[in-house]
Amino acid sequence: MHTYEPPIFELSGAGKIGAWLPETGVPETALPADLLRTDDLAGLPELSETEVVRHFTRISQRNFCIDTGMYPLGSCTMKYNPKIHEDAARMPGFAFIHPLQEDTSVQGALRLTYDLQALLAEISGFDQVCLQPAAGAQGEFAGILVFRAYHLDRGDDQRDEVLCPNSAHGTNPATAAMVGFKVVEIATDPRGNVDLADLRAKVGPRTAGLMLTNPNTLGLFDENVHEVAAIVHDAGGLMYGDGANFNAILGIVRPGDVGFDFMHYNLHKTFTTPHGGGGPGCGAVGCKTFLAPYLPGPIVVENDDQYSSFTPEKSIGRLKTFKGNFGMFVRAYTYIRMLGAAGLREISENAVLNANYLRVKLHDLYPVAYDRTCMHEVVLQGKLKGAPDIHTLDIAKRLIDFGFHPPTVYFPISVAESIMIEPTETESKRNLDAFIAAMRQIAREAVESPELLHNAPTTAPVRRLDEVGAARKPILKYDRAAINGLRGDKATTDDQLEQPTY
Amino acid sequence: MADYKTPQDLLYVKSHEWLKVEGDTATVGISDYAQHALGDIVFVELPDVGASFGAGDAFGVVESVKAASDIYLPVAGEVIAINEALLDTPETVNSDPYENGWLVKIKLAGEPAGLLDAAAYEKVVAEEASK
Amino acid sequence: MSHYISITERDRTEMLKAIGVESVDRLFDVVPAEVRFPTLNLPAPLSEAEMARELRRLSAANADVLTNSCFLGAGAYNHFIPAAVDSILRRSEFYTAYTPYQPEIAQGTLQSIFEYQSLMAALLQMDAANASHYDGATALAEGAIMALTATRNRRKIVVAPSVHPQYRAVLRAYTQGLGVTIVGDEDPNTSVEEIAALVDDKTACFIAQSPDFLGTLHDLKPVADKVHAAGALFIMATNPIALGLFQTPGQVGADIAVAEGQPLGIPLSYGGPYLGIFSCTEKLLRKMPGRLVGATTDLNGELGYVLTLQTREQHIRREKATSNICTNQGLMALAATVYTSLLGKTGLRKVAEICYQRAHYAAAEISKLAGFEVVTNGPFFHEFVVRCPRPVTEIAMALEFASIIGGYDLAQDYPHLGHAMLVCVTEMNTKEDIDRLVAALKG
Repeated sequence: MHTYEPPIFELSGAGKIGAWLPETGVPETALPADLLRTDDLAGLPELSETEVVRHFTRISQRNFCIDTGMYPLGSCTMKYNPKIHEDAARMPGFAFIHPLQEDTSVQGALRLTYDLQALLAEISGFDQVCLQPAAGAQGEFAGILVFRAYHLDRGDDQRDEVLCPNSAHGTNPATAAMVGFKVVEIATDPRGNVDLADLRAKVGPRTAGLMLTNPNTLGLFDENVHEVAAIVHDAGGLMYGDGANFNAILGIVRPGDVGFDFMHYNLHKTFTTPHGGGGPGCGAVGCKTFLAPYLPGPIVVENDDQYSSFTPEKSIGRLKTFKGNFGMFVRAYTYIRMLGAAGLREISENAVLNANYLRVKLHDLYPVAYDRTCMHEVVLQGKLKGAPDIHTLDIAKRLIDFGFHPPTVYFPISVAESIMIEPTETESKRNLDAFIAAMRQIAREAVESPELLHNAPTTAPVRRLDEVGAARKPILKYDRAAINGLRGDKATTDDQLEQPTY
Repeated sequence: MADYKTPQDLLYVKSHEWLKVEGDTATVGISDYAQHALGDIVFVELPDVGASFGAGDAFGVVESVKAASDIYLPVAGEVIAINEALLDTPETVNSDPYENGWLVKIKLAGEPAGLLDAAAYEKVVAEEASK
Repeated sequence: MSHYISITERDRTEMLKAIGVESVDRLFDVVPAEVRFPTLNLPAPLSEAEMARELRRLSAANADVLTNSCFLGAGAYNHFIPAAVDSILRRSEFYTAYTPYQPEIAQGTLQSIFEYQSLMAALLQMDAANASHYDGATALAEGAIMALTATRNRRKIVVAPSVHPQYRAVLRAYTQGLGVTIVGDEDPNTSVEEIAALVDDKTACFIAQSPDFLGTLHDLKPVADKVHAAGALFIMATNPIALGLFQTPGQVGADIAVAEGQPLGIPLSYGGPYLGIFSCTEKLLRKMPGRLVGATTDLNGELGYVLTLQTREQHIRREKATSNICTNQGLMALAATVYTSLLGKTGLRKVAEICYQRAHYAAAEISKLAGFEVVTNGPFFHEFVVRCPRPVTEIAMALEFASIIGGYDLAQDYPHLGHAMLVCVTEMNTKEDIDRLVAALKG
């Protein structure tokens, strides 16, 4: 199924339409002549329904997805997406209700939202949850804005720094900067924890808070998390928990019990709302009581079995329209209700078991950055003995030829040639063994026939792509001349198009 | 270790810029080592002519596909010319970092200080490349 | 064991042996003992059938727009969605994939985003569109931040009071730590032209919406010219369905144009997930936040697509990034792509026409009712303001009895309008629905 599919614009034909629309059916009113669009919607295609469905089905087949196979992208938690979630989110009373309807007409939706707030609070050890943020990065943004508001509210206006470990995801420093804070980087110690000496040296009266992912992006549970929190709190700072790796600790430990004041949940990771090719997500947030007055709104509350929305008194405000990505709430709610406490713990147990199994089966060939019991992911290095010209990128591309989606590569940036593998709990041992066998064979090939790696992938819909050319002369939208320029002698000719001037 | 060109007649900075002083003006670019470390350069962001910078200020950005690197002015000065050709062909910084790949010309606002000669800069490069 | 887990007891024993620990619990020794393995107080698990029943019960407790006539808009719109849209969205290849980090095996996602960018750029008549934001409001806020970056030392933002109140709230939330002043929307009676006069040499951008929150269409070309003369950027928020007929951001000279993309084939879903359309001029391209897909070739010279210009983004630039955005609204962008392709040139104009014509019919009929007055003066698209003889909450209750979800109560956001309701009419409201609304209002 690797056949080339042209840009949809080249399938266009004058007069076609892919939707059956009603007649206007009312007396006509004149249009305001001076406010009209003047270009006849140039650039928009015309296709039948058949053609549109076929086009998107064909290009869909050029994608790898979780339902195709193992997708061990570290830090992304690419686990199986249950099918009932999709049915649930499309029920008429969920998919077809308007966000501004009176609360009395959407009690079911409010109840679900309220219950999900409570479930997430219980699982993580926090007092109040707000589901509004649309993604992890927006949850972080909410948290750091709340930290700012809290300090300012107490008249503490000298705190202009946010601390981030050097293993942090890029969104952490980017978020702090977006709130107007200066970012101070903290080193990692030889066991992969926050370096306490460096932390002590950098924390102080200017510290608004520390952003910590735990388990961290090295796949390790920070052994000193209590102490890290104590150091930050003693300096008057707050502890932000990035929940990207929450999948490792459901029913194992609650972030609220180890010193975090605030965290975000990635419903699209831990609670398996589908990633959708890069969104939508949901970056719900939870916090301790003392920060609750600053949360974004609205939040759902219950009174005498009646559910309604409210915005906290000192709220940082609204981070998006309406209440959040409700469709994601339905899916996450379904997931938690079907698993219960024991099922959640089982998730983390198996996620961590699977990752450690990969670690011990690969660490003789691939150096492990910090070789101790890991959590749900393991960070290897693509530094193979006897293969100096092989890089992590080559290993990743070769994995494609073996039918696996490559792991996250070159992240965390604090580890050279990093390969970050998160198998998730939904992979079978059979798959893990096949992955291990592929990785071991690749290590052999790297020495014996490195060209196999340099040329990989050869079995994918396309070969390696020219990213340098794409960045030097960006083509960001369909333009026939530009696309023909790229395709050279394969370019679409005029007589292949219904509208050659398109 | 690969051989990096380090022309003798230029002055260098630890952050890998070079400087060619001619009277009260200077031409600034990035070193052969720097272009090599960045890889294929895809974009160069340069300041407006007339902009003034202090010593050590970032005055632009050089980008490859996977990295963006700020470029710093080693001395205070006012930009009197920028290499506009780079906006279309940034790859010149890769192929010819010391001649056609220059970035800006400045009018010096002070005496250049704390710069390295070619030999001293080669030591910096050797140290970094061995890491 | 859960039906999502594929490890057997025997597998587990073998794996533990390989790892060298005697039990799964020992894998968590690193967690402080006093907080390890908490008892979670959660409801007992439900089987799939039980869960489905519970969900149906919750769903049934909501009044949906399929069984009721909906005249509510105010930023989220009830439009017809061809069945083909969801049929594509439910393909596992799209919805169970992630961000296209490995382009060789993500060409489906990448090509669809490239087509999305192309379609949105064409619809808005802008030079470039990115892979999307969370929703229209966050796109607007990020546009304002982008304007602050692009204009360097200017720290003032001027916004018209007719911009969606929630968008303005998000704008304020987003910029609260950046030391900027936001002015212009203090008095709801001020016109867009009057507000534009506030733009000066300290102003980074001017933000206006057309059709605005109350449905009114504005000629923003003269305004844009005035803003540019002051050296500021003009940001226009719009409705993509209106663009089937009316002035586009490109036509009026917007530097940055944003829109809520939900009307393009995305269900109401109680407010999300939606789609933030974000576009700008060529000149501002490298300051644009969010993901971008570009066309290129592979080693064999075949056309392909990659994420490009990534150095703007947080995973490379970290604290110097143009934004912290990471996730876009991939699947929602796909919905808009499929929808826009299905409707195409003719369909998009037709939907806009039906909305316009039926809304004007409804306005004409309502204005015949004693005590009701259509107070929107000037051209409007598919929403208009009706001044009512009684508080809107009372009217809403009466409409509910007739299975009608009434218009938006403007009492909170625009109290100066009195008992005012913002009525929205789309192609989903037939003439009979409109007549029923009119009859119900009459009482």
